[in-house]
Amino acid sequence: MSTATGPLAPSVIVQDVRKTFLLNHAHSLKDTVVSWIRRRKLSSTFHALNGLDLVVNEGDSIAVLGYNGSGKSTLLKLLSGVMQPDGGHVLTRGRVAGLIEVGAGFHPELSGRENVFLNAAILGMQQKEIEARYDDIVAFAEIGQFIDQEVKHYSSGMFMRLAFSVAIHVNLDVLLVDEVLAVGDAPFRAKCALKLKELADAGITMMVVSHSKNQVKDLCSRGIVIRKGKVIFDGPIDEALEVLEQP
Amino acid sequence: MSSEPDLSARGRVASDLFANVPRSAFDTPGRSRGLLDVIRWRYLLKLLVRTGVTTRYRNSVLGWTWSYVRPAMQFLVFWLVMGVFMRLGHDIPNYPVYLFSGIIGINFFSEAFGNATRSIVGNAPLVRKVYLPRQLFSVSAVIVALVHFLPQVGLLLVVCLFMGWIGSITVWSVLAFLAGVVILAMVAFGAGLFFGAVNVRFRDAEPIVELLLMLVTWASPVLYFWTMVRDAFSALPWLTELYLINPITVAVELFHLAFWEPVSRTGIADLGLQLHPDLGWLTLWAFLISLATILIGQLVFRRLEGRFAQDL
Repeated sequence: MSTATGPLAPSVIVQDVRKTFLLNHAHSLKDTVVSWIRRRKLSSTFHALNGLDLVVNEGDSIAVLGYNGSGKSTLLKLLSGVMQPDGGHVLTRGRVAGLIEVGAGFHPELSGRENVFLNAAILGMQQKEIEARYDDIVAFAEIGQFIDQEVKHYSSGMFMRLAFSVAIHVNLDVLLVDEVLAVGDAPFRAKCALKLKELADAGITMMVVSHSKNQVKDLCSRGIVIRKGKVIFDGPIDEALEVLEQP
Repeated sequence: MSSEPDLSARGRVASDLFANVPRSAFDTPGRSRGLLDVIRWRYLLKLLVRTGVTTRYRNSVLGWTWSYVRPAMQFLVFWLVMGVFMRLGHDIPNYPVYLFSGIIGINFFSEAFGNATRSIVGNAPLVRKVYLPRQLFSVSAVIVALVHFLPQVGLLLVVCLFMGWIGSITVWSVLAFLAGVVILAMVAFGAGLFFGAVNVRFRDAEPIVELLLMLVTWASPVLYFWTMVRDAFSALPWLTELYLINPITVAVELFHLAFWEPVSRTGIADLGLQLHPDLGWLTLWAFLISLATILIGQLVFRRLEGRFAQDL
């Protein structure tokens, strides 16, 4: 959104990045021996990302489009640091956090309150920051007095709302969103979309993976299309969505 | 995949990228700085330890009593079999104190080492999805074990107090105890890093560690006196040396020096028993070996941690 104005200030640089996964075909000693005797290959490689280039400027919010298995999620995992590229460079500026991991760090035996602190800390926040935002987090999740209950007694909707609320209140510069917007009921989904829009307008750099056209159009001005681990289109969102549908 | 002009174009873009923002403003995501990261993330470490401690005995009626029941049971069995049936209680004065001070040391080590080994695989959902310094899990596993070790030390102290420990305690006893704890924690952490990292790819690490933990009770002077090893290996003195160089052996002997020796001086003199005369040197060696264990653990862990997310 702020691409047109101001000097170029990249937040994310991805250059010639490759990520290869080794697929094991042998799962037991017997398999190994049998394929060895028949001279079949024991493993094959799969190039999830195959020389991918991308620059995202500060304040941009871009949609990462592509069909299943095109490498979108792998790209976000490289950006968040969970995985390392096999080749090329990934550089990020500022604090990167993802809405990929909603609820991953929740401990069922702890209360909602304890889980808020634990998860915010997992996402990289310090005690003071969490204390300052605690009320906002609980208010956004709309779970009221249940906050002191153990999380295992929560309904799945309540659980996701609290998890999402923690993730969205992390102090960050780059936000990675991966298919988590199907959280909770319709009113809460609308509220989440609004909050994301607010963050985008506030100048947070955003990368959104989603299959929902409306949502992507709403949030992003630019779209990239990934196919077989490469960027095949990079431009305005409407054109990107058209390119996506071409075979 | 790319032709000549494409490469040159990319090169041009790359230099332009840093025109407004210097290269130094960028980070490479997921680059670990090992233990330094743990210090920077100490607030999360605190929460992880608290979670580990408080959720340990949730939903159990006896709760923390289990921290006493297990070592008490172990103690009873060993005392009955080794002390009474095998008559070791006649050869070693205050055998129950001797036995218990060794058992709690081994228990601490087993728990710390075992927890650290399982810590990465046990936190798989987090390791797969969020980047955070992975050593945090190993460090917190050792600290949680330390917290569970404290009530057992308390129990031992109460017994020792009844036996007049306070009158014969020296600064050395306290230092010996602390040195023993530090050695055990260091070895458990280093070995836990190593096996925890290997465990991600090869789950064989867990049964191997269980095997090692089974051996460790017998490979250090918990049930018997160290001189029995020396006498048995009198033809092969290097075996005794090897036995004594084991940091766990040294830590157990330090515990004996701290708790058992002060309350048993008269009995020790009567029977002509003596803890190893060069325990000071052995302690120094044990520290060096523990340090080496941590270094090796760090090396292997940091080599493998880049692949944790995809191997889990």
